[in-house]
Amino acid sequence: MDLTFTPEENAFRDEVRAFLRDRLPADIAAKVAAHTALSKADYDTWHSLLNEKGWLAGAWPRKFGGQEWSAVQKHIFEEETAAAHAPRTVPFGVAMLAPVLQAFGSKAQQDYYLPRILSGEDWWCQGYSEPGAGSDLASLKTRAVREGDHYVVNGQKTWTTLGQYADKIFCLVRTSTEGKPQEGISFLLIDMNTPGIEVRPIILIDGVHEVNEVWFTDVKVPVENLVGEENKGWTYAKYLLTHERTGIAGVGYAQAGLDSLKRIARAELQHGRPLIEDPLFAARLARIEIDLMAMATFNLRTVAGADAGAAPGAESSMLKVKGTVIRQTINALALRAIGPWAMPFVAEGLEDSNLYHPGPDYAAKASNVYLNNRKISIYGGSNEVQRGIITKAILGL
Amino acid sequence: MDFTHTEERRMLADSLRRTLERGADWGDLAELGVLGALFTEDEGGFGGHGYDIAVVFEELGRAGCNLPVLDAGLAGGMLADAGRADLVERLIAGDLKATLAYGEPGLRYDLGPIRTAANGGTVSGHKSFVTNADEAGLLVVTALEDGVVKVFGVDPRGPGVTMMTTPALMGGTISEVTLDRAPAEALGPAETLESRLAAATLAVCADAIGTMDTVRDMTLDYLRTRKQFGVPIGKFQALQHRMADVAIEIEMARSAVINLSGHLDQAAPTRDRHVSAAKSLIGRTAHLVAEEAIQMHGGIAMTEEYALAPLARRLTAADSRLGDEDWHLARFIRLSA
Repeated sequence: MDLTFTPEENAFRDEVRAFLRDRLPADIAAKVAAHTALSKADYDTWHSLLNEKGWLAGAWPRKFGGQEWSAVQKHIFEEETAAAHAPRTVPFGVAMLAPVLQAFGSKAQQDYYLPRILSGEDWWCQGYSEPGAGSDLASLKTRAVREGDHYVVNGQKTWTTLGQYADKIFCLVRTSTEGKPQEGISFLLIDMNTPGIEVRPIILIDGVHEVNEVWFTDVKVPVENLVGEENKGWTYAKYLLTHERTGIAGVGYAQAGLDSLKRIARAELQHGRPLIEDPLFAARLARIEIDLMAMATFNLRTVAGADAGAAPGAESSMLKVKGTVIRQTINALALRAIGPWAMPFVAEGLEDSNLYHPGPDYAAKASNVYLNNRKISIYGGSNEVQRGIITKAILGL
Repeated sequence: MDFTHTEERRMLADSLRRTLERGADWGDLAELGVLGALFTEDEGGFGGHGYDIAVVFEELGRAGCNLPVLDAGLAGGMLADAGRADLVERLIAGDLKATLAYGEPGLRYDLGPIRTAANGGTVSGHKSFVTNADEAGLLVVTALEDGVVKVFGVDPRGPGVTMMTTPALMGGTISEVTLDRAPAEALGPAETLESRLAAATLAVCADAIGTMDTVRDMTLDYLRTRKQFGVPIGKFQALQHRMADVAIEIEMARSAVINLSGHLDQAAPTRDRHVSAAKSLIGRTAHLVAEEAIQMHGGIAMTEEYALAPLARRLTAADSRLGDEDWHLARFIRLSA
């Protein structure tokens, strides 16, 4: 046992910190810290700064222009960027589609799409969930019918995050109804400018436009946009879901949230004393900090295991359940900490920082963030689905 | 022992429920006697006891109604205590809307020490978290005069009054009100503020119970109809047990509110011990019910379009209103010592 990072890993952390200090635009970091929604331009700016440094593709293999970061390096990068209030790297192209193309795409697909992901020419979104296919993703119904040299796609996708910015969408579509539902699914790349595609906004409980419905009516997709083999899409989708697991616990976000919570609790007064000195609140704060310390070590065990070549296991489901609950608990404590300032609720405010919100700055978005982050225990395989995986794969029940 | 409401209260609850289902306005509520039910006969009403308040607000919460009934009861109570039967009469008739401005920045849930001060027929200061002030015809303001907290009537549209208004998490609006030598009519001492806030806290608790009932029913409907993996998701035991826990906690919360209703007219220490017991429990349960309802629904409950959204926010706000779970827990400990 050795709980310390290697000198090389510490050097990498220093390099990440220096980069963030020198290159992360202050206005963007301020928006992230204030939970203001970022514009497409903000994301593009951050991605191009990372790309210049070679870090947008840090996790990619060297032969595709990446740095082949270890799981520990990925973890360090995620931890430091969260602490510095850097935007999250939008995962759909870089972290979700790219590994699939690298593993299963044709040479032509790799040569065409991968550089465009890094340059920002293509903003990708994800077409997985459907209104009737959420936790039961394999029941998806969007049909792709082969007609000559193209597929004709009809159906509806939903929960398409930042689809309003997207140039392209990778979709799971049904190409066969024979056999098990999983066996008739294909992985298709679709240009969002194709006639017959309509993007409709979904407004969330906190008033933001973050996700969309995407409707397909007789959308013609060239057959060369099929990834891998027809009816093997489920395999690629599962590969995609298990590929990125170092970040699943969200330890960096949780730590940033806890730091921010402590700042609130020091500033907010209760009976004339800082709230952080209130025994009830202090106990709540301590309990979640203790949980987070254990969580961070649990996460590192998994990260180190991945570097040691351990197969992707169901422990990532444990990290997902516990990590999301810890983050939600921190959000709920922030809501508690601001007291009655939770009541003014500027629902349309996230994209317009000029909208008036009374009270201290730290109170402006606490209720919005609390409500918005109820999603994290629902998306990416709900915590109930994760518990099912744990039950079967780890406990053998 | 008898845990059924009187015939009169049951009738009021039933007709209020039907009226709210049709979509009621302020005049409808006044006509139905909803506002009169918040005041005793001595005050010009025909209710005013814990159970009257509980049945009214349970229905308002069940329907997710945003009309300013709580404000009418709270401000009107202070007006009644000041002997202003004329204003209470107009309020009960639905001709006047009033709201109480007692909170101030930096106090969180404490009632004092306040800084707003009266001087020569005017008041100056900053009042926080004033609900539904934008449509009120009268602000009932607490302010210091000669070192004593008193109550003043202020015209919200008069000189020296500035309001910054935003939507409120529970529905309706909430305002920060700045008073700069605003002309004010002295109404009397504010010594009944705690007992009026006790009644308002019961109102928030009962409102939450009604909201929880609706949220539970919506979630049950969804569990019965939403199919994944070929079956209604309510067939999964993991969700069945969680739903059972939610149902248990709602019955606990309802019992706490009944207990508070029955003790609202008691002397302060007993009354407030029950206020804090109920509100602390309601705060905890409201979060649980909202969070579990969202989780068991899944993504659909995250959308503004689905009817659960405003109810989940209303339950979330219930804990942040008139003292949260911890504030009342600490008060309960003090009162039990």
